[in-house]
Amino acid sequence: MTQVRTLILRGPGTNCDAETAFAFEQAGAAVATVHVNQLIRHEARLGDHQIMVIPGGFTYGDDIGAGKVLANELSVKLKEDISRFIESGGLILGICNGFQVLVKAGILPEPGNGFQSRVTLTTNDSGRFECRWIHLAANNDSPCVFTRGIERMYLPVAHGEGKLATSAGTAAGLNVVLRYADEQGDVGAGYPHNPNGSVDNIAGICDSTGRIFALMPHPERHIRGTQHPQWTRLGVKERGDGFQIFLNAVQWARGL
Amino acid sequence: MHRIEVSIKEGMVDAAGEGLARDAHDLGVTTISAVRVAEVYLLDGTLTGDALEKVCRLLADPVTQEYRAGAALQPASGKVHVVEVAYNAGVVDPVEESVLKAIRDLGIQGVRAVKTAKQYVITGQLDRRQMEMVCSRLLVNPIIQHAVEGGHYGFAGGPQYVFHLEQVDLDDVPRRFGLSASEYQAVRDYFQRLGRKPTDVEMETLAQTWSEHCVHKTFKARIRFDGETIDNLLKSTIMKATRELDRPWCLSVFADNAGVIDFDGRWALAFKVETHNHPSALEPYGGAATGIGGVVRDPMGTGLGARPILNTDVFCFGPPVYPHDKLPPGVLHPRRVFKGVRAGVADYANRLGIPTVNGAVLFDERYLANPLVYCGTLGILPAHLAQRGQQRPGDLVVLAGGRTGRDGIHGVTFASEQLTEASTGTAYTSVQIGNPIVEKKLIDVLLQARDRGLYSRITDCGGGGLSSAVGEMGADTGVRVDLDKVPLKYAGLSYAEIWISESQERMVLAVPPEHIEELLKLFAAEDVEATVIGQFTDDKKLRLYYQDNLVGDLDMEFLHDGLPQLELEATWQQPAHAEPDFDEPPQLGAALLEVLGSWNVCSKEWVIRQYDHEVQGGSVLKPLVGRDNDGPGDAAIIRPVLDSDRGIIVANGICPGYGDIDPYWMAASAIDEALRQVIAVGGDLRRVALLDNFCWGNTSRPDVLGALVRAATACHDMSLAYGAPFISGKDSLYNEFQYEGKTISIPHTLLISAVAVMEDVNRAVSMDFKQPGDLIYIVGATRPELGGSEYFRTRGLTGNSVPKVDPQQARELMERLGQATAARLVSACHDCSDGGIGVAVAEMAFAGGLGAVIRLADVPLAETISRNDFILFSESNSRFIAAVSLEHRVEFERTLSGVSFAVIGEVVDSQMLEIYGLGGGRLAAVSIAELKEAWQRPLRW
Repeated sequence: MTQVRTLILRGPGTNCDAETAFAFEQAGAAVATVHVNQLIRHEARLGDHQIMVIPGGFTYGDDIGAGKVLANELSVKLKEDISRFIESGGLILGICNGFQVLVKAGILPEPGNGFQSRVTLTTNDSGRFECRWIHLAANNDSPCVFTRGIERMYLPVAHGEGKLATSAGTAAGLNVVLRYADEQGDVGAGYPHNPNGSVDNIAGICDSTGRIFALMPHPERHIRGTQHPQWTRLGVKERGDGFQIFLNAVQWARGL
Repeated sequence: MHRIEVSIKEGMVDAAGEGLARDAHDLGVTTISAVRVAEVYLLDGTLTGDALEKVCRLLADPVTQEYRAGAALQPASGKVHVVEVAYNAGVVDPVEESVLKAIRDLGIQGVRAVKTAKQYVITGQLDRRQMEMVCSRLLVNPIIQHAVEGGHYGFAGGPQYVFHLEQVDLDDVPRRFGLSASEYQAVRDYFQRLGRKPTDVEMETLAQTWSEHCVHKTFKARIRFDGETIDNLLKSTIMKATRELDRPWCLSVFADNAGVIDFDGRWALAFKVETHNHPSALEPYGGAATGIGGVVRDPMGTGLGARPILNTDVFCFGPPVYPHDKLPPGVLHPRRVFKGVRAGVADYANRLGIPTVNGAVLFDERYLANPLVYCGTLGILPAHLAQRGQQRPGDLVVLAGGRTGRDGIHGVTFASEQLTEASTGTAYTSVQIGNPIVEKKLIDVLLQARDRGLYSRITDCGGGGLSSAVGEMGADTGVRVDLDKVPLKYAGLSYAEIWISESQERMVLAVPPEHIEELLKLFAAEDVEATVIGQFTDDKKLRLYYQDNLVGDLDMEFLHDGLPQLELEATWQQPAHAEPDFDEPPQLGAALLEVLGSWNVCSKEWVIRQYDHEVQGGSVLKPLVGRDNDGPGDAAIIRPVLDSDRGIIVANGICPGYGDIDPYWMAASAIDEALRQVIAVGGDLRRVALLDNFCWGNTSRPDVLGALVRAATACHDMSLAYGAPFISGKDSLYNEFQYEGKTISIPHTLLISAVAVMEDVNRAVSMDFKQPGDLIYIVGATRPELGGSEYFRTRGLTGNSVPKVDPQQARELMERLGQATAARLVSACHDCSDGGIGVAVAEMAFAGGLGAVIRLADVPLAETISRNDFILFSESNSRFIAAVSLEHRVEFERTLSGVSFAVIGEVVDSQMLEIYGLGGGRLAAVSIAELKEAWQRPLRW
């Protein structure tokens, strides 16, 4: 069985690439961390991989708006490569800053919109960057291939611009994958369970095929037991809640 | 020029605006109904309508924002006040580079430069005085910003520089370069021997290399201390202990930009803590940001370069409730300093992707005008690259990273001087806004160059700029530098300014000629600037050229060994404070709530949450722990190598309150506290290294210097007794503020930072109570030691009974407790420090969401204490509160046999903390919800 190849896209200010690579390696993938300049100069080819990941960070300092400058670069310089990658059935995962990039590049909520996106990720209602652990409830009806078999997750968020906002002011027409919830799974629990004020408590969305998925929380920061903030109270689990996302992606990509 | 205004759409939340309205309310301006913040972009160039439209759509978010192109600054009208704030000339706009890149990516040429400004539209009934107050206290810091008048921005670059060699008359040297009499003598003799005048750049080099900040001449001075003579305080105390301990796992100590210890044979850890106090007093955001940016480059510049994996920050401020009208002239309010420093550190560290895992915030009125900002970074590097590199003659000098501007010129000499009310006017060149992405790009590419072996030596370009970095690097070979090769942010810098500029995000490499092509290619591939600016020689000389003119020519020997040793007087006498005489309160609940709510003890969650403490995925024990993730953890534990169970414990100890009584015991207590935290989380003393960080007042005063000698002596004694070597350190002296003839000196403040290697992170223990029925132990004896305690402080008292340390007993006790945690006998453990037993047990209870019953009569006392409040709040060192389940009781007590410990209570599920006194009566019964609320309320901002 050939190994699934994952490309982790790195740019100036990307800072979650190492732990994201580790998560995919743990899930059995071969990982190449590639600088955006290398893709633009064709020193690396997106087409050689089955999974593309845009990890967390502050690409270009979040100047103009989180993820905006890299999103602009991708839409102008890598549009064709990315479209081809999507058409060929590849998986795309965006985490935190990666979510911001995908939305601002118009790749989510549905590819091919350029800058006409009707969805954005904007400043938290608290006006602050916040690092805290939150509960997530998965939408069972979602076509998302990354979250299969996942009901609930406990993951950390760490962002200042994670509030999902839409022109319509509602989640209408979005493929919602994950919602912020409280310990009991109540998605209406409000702040701080919903840490940023996202419309409809949305933490993650995917495209209509379920192969392009992005979320604000950090699954790569909870792939092992000792990353759980209360493992000294509750005991250590072998795997953290986030690990299944990487496993699902790699297993799906094996089928490609 | 095009002016584009990007504002948040009507009806959308303007979080920044709401925050400002709250801050204005704190200032007493309660009539503001709304604040809206707009981004203003000024493009230098001419664009077609179509291109301009594209740029606008780039700059404005289609969902949340709207834009107006070509609009003029809108005038104020009635209840609507408009203020536009732009950066001063010479302050490089941190956003410019990204905006230009994005515009070019769109295929649009012809935009030469970009400036940004912020527009504040304030609605509400405000008179002129109120508007000025809002502007001066919230919106504008004149050191870097100004309110735009009548839409005048201007892109005028600096004036062109025309070369002319400037020589200095020796008679002007003392006045211009602030040298001491003996330093001036040495300089005069040197140049008279050469038979010529010094040039300006030669004198700048000497002044900087010989500054307190760079050479620590006070610590190296010859000190007469009450009869005895100390020749070099550093060598005869702190470094002496390290030499005597001679630990094989200390790989590089006091020899490089950071201290290095072995982690696991394959990897090594480089640890450094620095201060950035004076710039942070004047421009809190920029000062603190450049502080963290600077200390991150220390591990990067250690050995052949370490990857930064964690930060630790400790701040000391004036009281956040200090009355505005009592502020000394030119001093920012402590709340603004606190908020600015927090934001500066968070924005920089978060962007670099370095977790801030540990820290502390302390408050004292004497920090009002001179806050302390300690920033520490720990890095990891291959053990075989731990030693400082060594260039060969012929190796090239490469300057990499950010460009050079007027930033921080004379920052070093400034850092070694006192602040005065005039500093705010004179210090503008000493403060800059850092650009963390430039530093992140630099780190990313440097690590690749390191692993390819492309350079022979690396150092950071920090205080003193190229002068310090290249001057030190070239000390043992000699070096020539072509200053006109240095890439500049803007024209107009003289060769001397280029040489001493302290622009951030720069590193200096020594590169063998055979690797230069590959290195420059590698850097270019990731858009990081790297430039050959000179070459190492074998003539032991520092030779500086500008456009092939020799502008500086100094012997390395004179530059580095020509500084005459300082001769200083020191004396110390223990001050006599009033001995507290207040009656023991009949009930202790109120006192406990008051201590929990004191500024030093209260929850720092507001700060911690705004740092990313999870990035890099190594987090094992977090700064916030317990049932609701909001209890105060002791030390932090991280797993630096993701597929290994070996961990790092990082802790700190700091107790300036004790220094008012005796700096010796303050230092001993700080070391004991740092080690207690290591033990409390499940560590042991087998491999613990320490850093010292002294922030002191004016050491030209014998009593202030005497206090420093006392503290350094304690560092020596405790380091030996605990077997914990110091591996690096730093000092910041002259931390005092003068105004109207008055002088405020900071409290003597010593930060001790500890790094320990943990065999197995799965043995970690957190401080929150875990289950009802667990026994509550106190480990360590209690004495009537409340001098400088939080309890006395809440009553405005100091006292004289400072907590002391018996390191032999303490070490035995810590080793035993370490065995107990390693054997998994302890369910919860907490360092017993500020606020004593009362605070420690209360924190463990509300962090665990469980109640507790404790009996003061069962607390083992080393000396008689007849008062319940003194037992509850004594801050005796070397004590822990531990929770142990009944099944482990026997084993735990066997493990601790021989040290002082006792069961003082039980964990209960009543949600109440009950305290019983010496007479058996109940002295307190407070719900843990009430305790937690008192502890969280003060900093719930």
